[in-house]
Amino acid sequence: MIGYLGLDVGSVSTNLVVIDDYNEVLINLYIRTRGQPIKAVQDGLKHVAMELGNSITIGGVGTTGSARHLTSIITGADTVKNEITAHAMAASAMVPGVQTVLEIGGQDSKIILLRHGIVTDFAMNTVCAAGTGSFLDQQASRLNIPIEDFGGIALKAVSPVRIAGRCSVFAESDMIHKQQLGHNLEDIIAGLCEALVRNYLNNVGKGKQIKEPVSFQGGVAANVGIKAAFEQALGMKVIIPRYFNVMGAIGAAILAREKVRRVNTTNFKGFDASEFKYKAGSFECKGCSNLCEVIEIFHDCNVIARWGDRCGKWESV
Amino acid sequence: MKIAFPYMGTSHIAFKMLIRDLGHEPMVPPKLSKKTLTYGTQHSPEFACLPFKILLGSYLEAIEQGAELIITSGGSGPCRAGYYGVLHQKILQDLGYDTKIIVMESPYRNPFDFLGKIKSVISCSGVSWWTFIKVFYKAWEKLKLLDETEFLSHQIRPFECLRGETTKVFKECLNVIDESQTTEQIREARKLTQELLNNISQDHTRKVLKIGIIGEIYVVLEPFANHDLEVTLGEMGVLTHRSIYLSDWTRESTGYESKKNIIKAASPYINELFGGHGIYSVGHTVLYSQKGFDGVVQLAPFTCIPEIVAKTILAKVSNDFAIPVLTVFLDEQTGKAGLQTRLEAFVDLLGQKRAIQEGVVT
Repeated sequence: MIGYLGLDVGSVSTNLVVIDDYNEVLINLYIRTRGQPIKAVQDGLKHVAMELGNSITIGGVGTTGSARHLTSIITGADTVKNEITAHAMAASAMVPGVQTVLEIGGQDSKIILLRHGIVTDFAMNTVCAAGTGSFLDQQASRLNIPIEDFGGIALKAVSPVRIAGRCSVFAESDMIHKQQLGHNLEDIIAGLCEALVRNYLNNVGKGKQIKEPVSFQGGVAANVGIKAAFEQALGMKVIIPRYFNVMGAIGAAILAREKVRRVNTTNFKGFDASEFKYKAGSFECKGCSNLCEVIEIFHDCNVIARWGDRCGKWESV
Repeated sequence: MKIAFPYMGTSHIAFKMLIRDLGHEPMVPPKLSKKTLTYGTQHSPEFACLPFKILLGSYLEAIEQGAELIITSGGSGPCRAGYYGVLHQKILQDLGYDTKIIVMESPYRNPFDFLGKIKSVISCSGVSWWTFIKVFYKAWEKLKLLDETEFLSHQIRPFECLRGETTKVFKECLNVIDESQTTEQIREARKLTQELLNNISQDHTRKVLKIGIIGEIYVVLEPFANHDLEVTLGEMGVLTHRSIYLSDWTRESTGYESKKNIIKAASPYINELFGGHGIYSVGHTVLYSQKGFDGVVQLAPFTCIPEIVAKTILAKVSNDFAIPVLTVFLDEQTGKAGLQTRLEAFVDLLGQKRAIQEGVVT
């Protein structure tokens, strides 16, 4: 049997999936990137190879996420796509007739509008990461609550307090002020969920026509408190797909499958790639006043890829 | 006198010649870099916009190299840029520099102020008004040539067979233009640069998407401020058309070309000038849609009020005319990954839309 591998390597998590020809998810893996994308990808590949066994061969590989170029070098990807297209692709496949995708990840949040299966509009948070997964993580650890329980606690709130959601620094000081006044934890956490949703809809979702079905995906979709806040603010049902936290990877796998069907061949380097010694280095190019920070990827001692230069002088190895 | 002027796209090449022709020593500031940004952000109010910070940083670098006078352009209407020259001057004073900044305002607002400022520059080098008019006309010709050349490069880039070749040839063209000094040489440079660019091997069977670029003038014109947006899109196979070129902006503010059409196109949505290039952003989007463009990218400095107002109106324009608009706010980040992701996604979106229109996908 043939499977297609999708990798979504983001700021917080590295996700791998293997799907078949009918969008059935055979394997899905969600691991933390921990600032080391190469290691995360190699560990992920090892896991996938072990679980796959001999019955499935990989017929194509697609990458997405902010480390998509790096990952494509390591794996030999057939497609390298941005997260927006990948998420939209996966949502269309997994949520029939989807018209709106709300996606909140570790460092960015986005909204994607689809009509008749085609992306018609999208937006991504611009200069600030307020209200994304990292901030929730940080607040959970400040309050000493496991992030997994965060949403559940919010649901127990009786009267959520109002928290300023525009900026994570404002939000944090507002939360601390309210907590010192004596408000209980449930109400503060529920207030934070509402604030984040309000901020998302006003900023990322500004001027966008949100229509049902609405799919909520990305790591933050695990938070039932945020889901409830979305449903309340939108007055609509919000669907959380079964594989909500690996949707980007699913999209990447679908894109790879489509490409391989067209060209009939894959560049996949095989699971041995998880054993190769890859190393990343960087240097500042002094060729002009731009002083570009050039990234180099080494396989053993050979440079296999470089990027980061504005003029393209280093790009071609 | 050593006279400096701000970077704005390729215009420094024309200003350099003008200043030399006026009997002064031109002082082209060092190329905009991270150092410029560091200087600019260090000495600017935190809430000032990116153009303000880049300009201040660039002035400081020019002063380090010995500039004695800075000539810049002003702005009118309810946009902070109108005060920037004054504020820049005060900051320089506070830092202990006595370098003067002359802010050229539109001659139609105050012709005496305009002429007085020119007189102060030409009288100290003993240049007559007649000479001034002659060399100004020549600089104007050069500025137009620079804009024409850049325009052509953006038309060719998406079709280039070898990625990056247009950018290389364009740099050569700039050198050719820089070296041309007389009216006759400028005329020859026009021929030569057109030839150089048209000789790039191109593949016209490619189907390219067309994107209009709108927004605040500085970030639209200066590639350093917009992460080489037009080159990036061009190399992704997109033909870009920029709504603003310095030569038509100068033409407009010196009264040669009216922007009536653009304002008329914007009028169903907004009837009021609200500063900067806000209303033009709205009008141009309507016009781009009517001309069959696939999409529009709006560039704005973070916190730019005119463009924020325009963005809100553009949501409706985009809906009415079914033309997708991507707004990009620019600040001091030097990482390009975020912009790259958004542009790739936007181009995917436009590609799918085009495919449906052409009936390739149903």
